[in-house]
Order: sequence, then structure tokens, then C-alpha cells
Amino acid sequence: MLSRSAEDLYWMARYVERAENTARLLDVSYRMALLPSEGDDQTLLWGSAIAIGPAPESFYERYGEATPDNVLTYMALDEDNPSSIYSALKTARENARAQRTSITTEMWEALNTVWLELRDIDAGAIEQMGRRSFFDWIKERSHLFRGVAYGTMLRDEGFQFVRLGTFLERADSTARMLDVKYHVLLPSADDVGGARDYHQWGAVLRSAASFTSYRKIYRGEIVPSHVAELLILREDVPRSLHTCLNAVTETLDLLAPARKLESKRLAGRIRADLQYANIDDIIDKGLHEFLENFIERNERVGRQLQTDFLMAPVIDLSVTA
Amino acid sequence: MNCFDEMNGSGGDCRDAYRKISEWLENETPETLARKRDEADAIFRRLGITFLVYGEKGSAERLIPFDVLPRVLTSAEWNTIDTGCVQRVKALNAFLDDVYHGGEIVKAGKVPQELVYQNPLYMPEVHGIDVPFGVHSHISGIDVVRTGADEFYVLEDNLRTPSGVSYMLEGRNVMMRLFPELFTNMRVRPIENYAEILLSNLRAVAPDNATGESSIVLMTPGRFNSAYFEHVFLAEQMGITLVEGQDLFVEDGHVFMRTIAGPERVDVIYRRLDDEFMDPLAFRADSALGVPGIVSVLRQGNVTLANAIGNGIADDKSVYPYVPDMIRFYLGEEPIIANVPTWKLREPDDLAYALDHLGEMVVKEVRGSGGYGMLVGPTSTTQEIEDYRKRVLADPADFIAQPTLALSTCPTFVETGVAPRHVDLRPFVLAGKTVSMVPGAFTRVALRDGSLVVNSSQGGGTKDTWVLS
Repeated sequence: MLSRSAEDLYWMARYVERAENTARLLDVSYRMALLPSEGDDQTLLWGSAIAIGPAPESFYERYGEATPDNVLTYMALDEDNPSSIYSALKTARENARAQRTSITTEMWEALNTVWLELRDIDAGAIEQMGRRSFFDWIKERSHLFRGVAYGTMLRDEGFQFVRLGTFLERADSTARMLDVKYHVLLPSADDVGGARDYHQWGAVLRSAASFTSYRKIYRGEIVPSHVAELLILREDVPRSLHTCLNAVTETLDLLAPARKLESKRLAGRIRADLQYANIDDIIDKGLHEFLENFIERNERVGRQLQTDFLMAPVIDLSVTA
Repeated sequence: MNCFDEMNGSGGDCRDAYRKISEWLENETPETLARKRDEADAIFRRLGITFLVYGEKGSAERLIPFDVLPRVLTSAEWNTIDTGCVQRVKALNAFLDDVYHGGEIVKAGKVPQELVYQNPLYMPEVHGIDVPFGVHSHISGIDVVRTGADEFYVLEDNLRTPSGVSYMLEGRNVMMRLFPELFTNMRVRPIENYAEILLSNLRAVAPDNATGESSIVLMTPGRFNSAYFEHVFLAEQMGITLVEGQDLFVEDGHVFMRTIAGPERVDVIYRRLDDEFMDPLAFRADSALGVPGIVSVLRQGNVTLANAIGNGIADDKSVYPYVPDMIRFYLGEEPIIANVPTWKLREPDDLAYALDHLGEMVVKEVRGSGGYGMLVGPTSTTQEIEDYRKRVLADPADFIAQPTLALSTCPTFVETGVAPRHVDLRPFVLAGKTVSMVPGAFTRVALRDGSLVVNSSQGGGTKDTWVLS
């Protein structure tokens, strides 16, 4: 398979996953904002949503304050924010368009349809349909796209790159979400078990579609360390870091069984660390530091893929001519 | 203008080929037809069968209007078109192979030397390069027009990167979906094997030294090209890799593509990129779309390009008047389909005649295309004609003139209902070890009443073309 095709498919999947995760993040922020709050809680809450993104400074430069409306516009519809739902789906669709021969017609149609609809949506339209309904719609479209990909795509290398993109992005997103929300919530971690706390942690779990899983696994009240364990270490939780890295290492083995690749080594080490880690150790040494380190290593795997599969940028001859 | 209608002939009685269509139309209401048309549009849009219109804001993606009324040709009519186009492509390939080698036709005085060797479309960079079976134009679009029951003319040849075949194939798919009952009743010959024939031809023209299963790719200028959809479509139909210039590189006298498992050798490139962009080392140095060094690989016989570089010399409008002579010279046959009578304005007698009759003629730039920069005398104002006269006088060799043909019309569904509209025909001739065509073509229709310009960039639409068995 062409290296460029692999790269396009990888980014297509990453951007669809990113759109979904942004919708999840906004959704959890709205759920949290529904609680009675004091002082600057609201600013902290919405600021944390911005802090997750790649370039919070650019938000404050252009919007000033992290009000709910500003955050929604920036993260859902802003054409100049490369991680907004709008930009993510636009990029995903462009990548798909470039790879029409590597994906199935059904995949193209699923992505093209959501893009054509999203193009006509503005802030007013979101108000009209209801914000939560908008987030649900984005999540559903992402589920649909993934389902169609799994249901129709030939299990060739292209499919493996779709998986790589999905799981690397999801790992990044879960780690960032946990990192930022943990910060916001930590000050109240002492009165574990309060109704307010219950709601807040519940929202974090819901954003990772893990609320009912938590209930099944831990049964009792919502304890922050359990939430961290669930989203970091559990192998049976589909959005946990461990599950994502299992998928990444498996996929790399399928893609290049006989090759010794640096990306395989890097991903394998992260996975091993997650497999043998203990949540109390992680919290003792600092959850924030752990997550920061994870995000950095996860990104390094992504960069290494470029080298290992010749996806390096091409030298542009036109510049010198 | 009194012109031949393909359904009602010149008199008004329905011709045999259209009898079933005519009966069907009597029972269809404009509402049903409009609904079918909208359905067709929806399918085209969902499949992404769009083309980009350059110059509009952000190169907008647009649909070419699709007319749901088919154009019907009898098997006898098709036989003329088929044998005539195949004959023509054989001669054109012989001409290309000749002028890039010995130039026998020039030596024999059949084609003026300066017209070939001083023509900017002649590419000295590829002179002397041998191509498998002497085939330079593997895919040729021959534009045919009709003026009467048995009168067909070739209007022009397209031997570089002709497009439109995806409309022929997808138009048929859509029609079979919308009107299955017509197909059951009418015995329409299938065209679905186009991609298969093309692929086997591409395999056949692989270099002799290609090892094992030859590696064939389709090369596109990229997703911003107006015909990108078609490139995707064809690559998909043939199951070959769609590449861009940046995916290919030249090393040790071979072309390779970058794959996730390392470099992989490429033997045949079906390219949809214009000559001057193909190799920045040989042609335009500022092209980032091509593959540096690919001409040197051609010269070593290690890769085949379809179509070959330099074909412009055979489909140039100034060379067009000589095609009948090419047929006689190379094949020893008489042309089955005639050329449109053409005045070569580089010649004083022809120029004088044309200047006297500008108001009745169609005048074209020899290197123009897409319906731009031409004069259609009968529909132009005196001022437009006089302005054009000045342009012609400034450089007569840049122009040819032809009589304004009464192009045939076909029933077409337009705003006012079903009405006759002018059409042309572009069948695609495929050349490899053998030369052949599928029984179908890309029919373009001028949707405006009275208009003779069928180009999609100028408001033309398309129709499915049915050849009866």
C-alpha cells in the first residue's frame, strides 16, 4: 500500500475520533455546568475544556473569556481551530476524498453526508436542535462511520492504519480528559461521596462512555482513584489507555510481523508499563506527571510511524525552481 | 436551422430505433420525468460524481446535468462509428510512431514538415523512444457529430488525457437503476467491460523486462483536478493503485512507488497528468506534480506511459485536416468516417474564402479546447465577427474554419418539457495489442435551445448512449 494512502487513512480515522471526543468533552462540560456553582467554578469548568486542546492561548487571544458560548463556538464550529469538530470532520473528509480507492463507498458516503450536513450548521442551528442533541448527533455519526468501516472494509493494511489512527487518538484524548478534569475535581476529592462529587465524577465517566461499566466493576460509590484506574489500567474498558495501547501493539504486529520497528518497541513499552502498573503508585507519584508523560510517549509513537512506514514529508521541488 | 432529429428524422415520423422510447414517453408525465431526474442527481451527488469548475470561488464542486432520456443508436449506425473510429486510431498511432521515428509521411510530402517539426506540440524530448506495439494513444476520445441519417463526421481527436468515460459508465448504472423496464424491452448492449479491456491492454503494454505480475498504477494530478472523481473511479474499477507524482521516484533507471513496505517497482503508468508536468527535468521545471527523471526511464524502455508523451502533435487542430491522408498512407484504406471540411487559414486561398464567409462558419484556434475562444458565425453579432476577423488577420496560421454543421438533435427533458437539443458523441477507443471499443459513448447535449456548444464548462449536459443489439 502507498505510504501516502496509509497516512491519509491514519489521519482520517484520527480526525473522526477527535470530532467525537470533542463532542464528548463539550457534553461533559454541559452536564457539569448544570450543577449549582459558586464563585469562579464556571470559569474553571469551561477553562478546563479549553485547556485540553492543543493551543489554549489562541482561544484566549481571540475570544477573551471562557464563557459557555465562546467555548462552544471555538470547539465546535471555529474554522480556524484545527481541532474543532468542524475542522476535524473537514480534514477527515478531505483525507477520505483523497483515498476514495482505499475506503469503501459506504465509508465515503457516511463521512460525506455528515460533512454536508455540518457545513450548514451554525451556532443558532445548534441552539435550535439543542446542544446535547448536537453532541449526540456527532457521536452517533462517529459511531456510524466506525461501524461502517468495521463492517465493510477489507482487512488489509489500510484497515490497520484506520485502527492505528483511532486508538492513538483515543488514548491521547482519554489521557487529556482525565488530566484536566482530575485537576478541576481534585480540590473536592476529600468529601468523596457527596452528591455534587457524585455528579461530577459521573460526568467524567459518562464522557468516556464508562459510567455503567464503573457501576458493574466497582459497584460502590464513585472514588477518584477508581475512576483513574478504570480509565488508565483496565483492559476491558474500551476507551482506557491500556485497551488503546493493546490495540496499537496488536495492529503493529499485524502490519509488520517480521520487521523490527522502533514504533513497535515504543508502543510495546508503554503497553508493558500500563500492564504492570498499580494505580496507588501512580497517584502517589503524581497522576498529572504520569498522564503528561503518557501523552508525550503516545505522541512519539505517532511520529515514529511516519519514519517506519515512509510517511515522511516529501521534498517540494517547486520551491527551488 | 433545419437539422436531423435522431428520434423523428427530418420528416417527423418516429425512426425505428426510437419506437419504444417514443411509446414510453407518451405515457410519462413531466412530473415523473422530473422525479427521475432528481433521483439521478441525488445518486450522482451521493457518489461524488462531480467536476470542479475552475475560476469559481474555491473551485466549486458541481454536477454535470444528466438528462434521463437516452440516446439510441442502431447496430448498423454503431458499426460505422466503431469501424471508423478504430480505423482512425490505428492511423493516428501509426502517425505518432512515424513522426517520432523516421518521419516517412513527411518525407512522402503528405504532411508539411514545418507543421510537424516546428509545432510546439512536437516533443523532441521523446524522439526515437520505442513504445510497445507502436501504441502511443492507448485511450483516445474521438468526437463524432451527426448531420443526417447516414452522415457522421469526426470533429476532433483527443489523444492526450481524454476524460468523460466515468460519465458513460456511471450514467449507464444510474439508468439501469431508474428504468429497468426499458432495458428489459430494448436489448441494449452492455458496456461494463470497459475497465477490464483497459486493464488487459495496460498489462499488454508493460515493458518486456517487467518481471512477473506487472505493476500498473493510475497517476492523477491530485484531488484538486477537475476530473479527480474519474481518476478515483477508474482506479477502483481496475483495482489498481491511484498515485500522485509525490508517490513515485526514479532510481537506477526504474520508477518506484513509496509503499509502507518500502519501494515497489512500477511498470505501467496510466497517467492523467499533462505532458509538460510529467517530468520537471525534461519539461516545466516548476512542476511539482510529476516525477523527476521519468523521461530517462522511458528512453531506457523500463516503464510505459499511457498515453505516451507528445501525442499533442496528432490531435492538434492544424494537423487534423491531414488525418484522412494518414489513413490512406498508413492503412491503404479510405476513411470510414469523414472529417468535417476544414479551411486551413495558414493557406492564402483558404484564408480568403473564410474571411468572405465568416458569418456562416465556425472558426477555431488551432490550440484551443473546451469550446473557448471560438467563433460561431451564425449566432454572433456583426461586432463579434469583426473583432474575430482582426484576431484571424493578426495570425492566420493560428486558426482553422469549418462550415457550421447542423448537428443532430435528440429528445431531451428541459424546463419546457421534452424538446430536441443538439448532441455530439465521444466514444473511447482502447488500444493495446489490439484496438477496440465498447458499444457506448459519452453523449454531450447542449441544454440551451438552439445552442451548438456541448462542453460541460459551457452549460452542456450528458446522456446515456444506448447501442441496440
